[in-house]
Amino acid sequence: MNLNLEDNVQIIALAGNPNVGKSTIFNSLTGMHQHTGNWPGKTVVNASGNCKYNLKDYLLFDLPGTYSLMAHSSEEEIARDFICFGQPDVVIVVCDATCMERNLNLVLQTMEITDRVIVCVNLMDEAKSKKISVDLKALQNELKVPVLGTSATRKRGTKAIMEEVAKPGQCIALPPIRYDEAVETAISFLLPHLVNTLPESISARWVALRLLDYDEALMKSLDRHLAINLLESEPLKLSLNKAYFHLEQMGITREEIKDAIVTTILRRAEEITDTVVTTENDVSNNRDRKIDRILTGKPFAVPVMLLMLLVVFWITITGANYPSKLIFNGLFWFEGKLLLGADFLGFPGWLSDALILGGYRVLAWVVSVMLPPMAIFFPLFTLLEDSGYLPRIAFNLDHQFKKACTCGKQALTMCMGFGCNAAGIIGCRIIDSPRERLIAILTNNFVPCNGRFPSIISMIAIFFLWGYSGFAGSLLSAALLTMVILFGIGMTFMVSGLLSKTILKGVPSSFTLELPPYRKPQIGKVILRSIYNKTAYVLWRAVRVAVPAGLIIWIFANITIGDSSLLSHCSSFLDPVGRVMGLDGVIVMAFILGLPANEIVIPIIIMSYLGKGNIMQLASLSELRVLLTENGWTWLTAICFMLFSLMHWPCSTTLITIRKETQSIKWTILSFLIPTLIGFTLCTLFTALIRFTNIV
Amino acid sequence: METLLPLCNLPIGSSSKIMELYSVGSMRRRLLDLGFAQGSTVRCIHSAPSGDPIAYLVKGAIIALRKEDAKDILVRTDVNVEVLEGCDLIYELKS
Repeated sequence: MNLNLEDNVQIIALAGNPNVGKSTIFNSLTGMHQHTGNWPGKTVVNASGNCKYNLKDYLLFDLPGTYSLMAHSSEEEIARDFICFGQPDVVIVVCDATCMERNLNLVLQTMEITDRVIVCVNLMDEAKSKKISVDLKALQNELKVPVLGTSATRKRGTKAIMEEVAKPGQCIALPPIRYDEAVETAISFLLPHLVNTLPESISARWVALRLLDYDEALMKSLDRHLAINLLESEPLKLSLNKAYFHLEQMGITREEIKDAIVTTILRRAEEITDTVVTTENDVSNNRDRKIDRILTGKPFAVPVMLLMLLVVFWITITGANYPSKLIFNGLFWFEGKLLLGADFLGFPGWLSDALILGGYRVLAWVVSVMLPPMAIFFPLFTLLEDSGYLPRIAFNLDHQFKKACTCGKQALTMCMGFGCNAAGIIGCRIIDSPRERLIAILTNNFVPCNGRFPSIISMIAIFFLWGYSGFAGSLLSAALLTMVILFGIGMTFMVSGLLSKTILKGVPSSFTLELPPYRKPQIGKVILRSIYNKTAYVLWRAVRVAVPAGLIIWIFANITIGDSSLLSHCSSFLDPVGRVMGLDGVIVMAFILGLPANEIVIPIIIMSYLGKGNIMQLASLSELRVLLTENGWTWLTAICFMLFSLMHWPCSTTLITIRKETQSIKWTILSFLIPTLIGFTLCTLFTALIRFTNIV
Repeated sequence: METLLPLCNLPIGSSSKIMELYSVGSMRRRLLDLGFAQGSTVRCIHSAPSGDPIAYLVKGAIIALRKEDAKDILVRTDVNVEVLEGCDLIYELKS
């Protein structure tokens, strides 16, 4: 693995269980000077950041939160490969003081891989309030590595971490775990070969253990990172067989080796915990149980969940209106200046038109429509995440998802999809089972994202609630919108069920879900983090495709062949397809050109109907209503438009994300085809039905 | 021989000790990582609105398991039932 670093930079890796405040420590050490980087060959993004202490430079890597390093999931594999092959100078293992035993499991596993470990016992304040005390000195004596206590949310003790990191490394001579004599003997059979083959930086003892429990993933990683193929070495194979034979004679079969290793580590963790942790009061947190009774028990769980969703939508949609307009006006004011500037510099008319009215205008449009809702939605979502409520949603809904052969965590990725499908697809990483994760990725597009909401809401207002206004109007509009969303959710369940019975069946799934304690979120940090991590990320991807898309749209609208533009040629060509679906050629073409961002579908429709050369909006909904009805729209067109908006190909940003996350062209194509085919079929069937019954 | 109780039948609010783990494959390894190992004490905390999954307190953390997974974890029958504030006490064993 090549991290391309200067020699004087020290690498620090942060490991730990999920939800132990690892990221908070990471942020306070790096002071938010982080950048997300991709790590070689893998799609999962680890945060990395710089830190200066006593004039020395450090590079910190925030590893994915894991319970173990036995590589049962891709996160664990990444964390383990980094600790093993990334050659960090120090690994800081962050622990949760309120459940030390489970955290020590990870500490011990890390200590088996590397000898430069610092244990950081976080959430000391939370433990104190739960009347749990951790004797850090005794822990240090047991582990023989530096141990520090922190309360990262209150910025206590984070400085001490860097102090400890800066100290010259002391290596531990003893392995952290002694196994049964049988296992130890088996290890000793393998050690001589491994010490000769492996580089010094890799613990031969640890690799021997992995050979014994036959960890193929690690063997592949060794091959990939160091070009060492252990299983091809004949003498090693011989010794391995000898080791297996010895173990079998001592009553440990090959299947039992992993168990023997894991339980030994767990026992040791338990032993240590017994010496260092004292709990005054064994009853689990009562306040949390009371909250849980409301949020996860009958009869409030489901209503509270729906209410939360509704509130989040309402705040996002209404809150985004004003800033959207502001940004829109600002960017369009700038467009005027750009045109003047281009004119002043003597640009030919077509060039400034293409660049400014084409590229820049679509960019401005996407930014002004996309940014405010995302800048509101994602912080709200992160607030719910930090408070500990989100896992409860997965807990509440798992039973329903199980019926579609998937798991409750999919509910969270769907919620994220409401903000942005690309973000929802990245969120699918929380799902452990590869099969269920793929299903969640393939179906995420069935929940409408922020980019599709406005057009659906306009359709409802124009064709179904025209004349309603005020409170009744917005209530009815919300109700109809909910129906559309529920329809999308229903489709998600149906398609998920269908996929698990056809192309994605057979792979078994394991479902375990941690319900973390409720915590008061740190609002300021949440807003910064979610804007930085999600909003900026998604927006940047959209912006990158917006300018070329704008140019293409401009070319389509302005290059004329014969007596009409390329756009209208294409529209008339697509018209028969559109008519079958209850739409028309212009609408279908708008969806095609709207591939980079769903936000620009309606502006393209307006542009086409008016025969203009650049995308535009109308001053009011009533003007839009007149324009649409003049072009033959009925309520049937509106319904088909909403159906197709809900079910067509994902936007290009989402497709690129799917490609990155699945590492497969096949699944990317399927994620394009599935919703498109369903949308096409449903629109066609619905139209045929309505026309057949002569309602329209 | 002592009879054992599948974990999914442990009444809400009561705790017991894990005696056997029959889970296999990746689920077994995950359960072990989470602390569902022989000898660990578990407490049944509450269930989802539909009765499944069920949340258990193990090694200081609350972990939700589906009934079908929890049935492979066997615990001692002489459960310690104590009234917890905030927990409904259900005496009858759930199916």
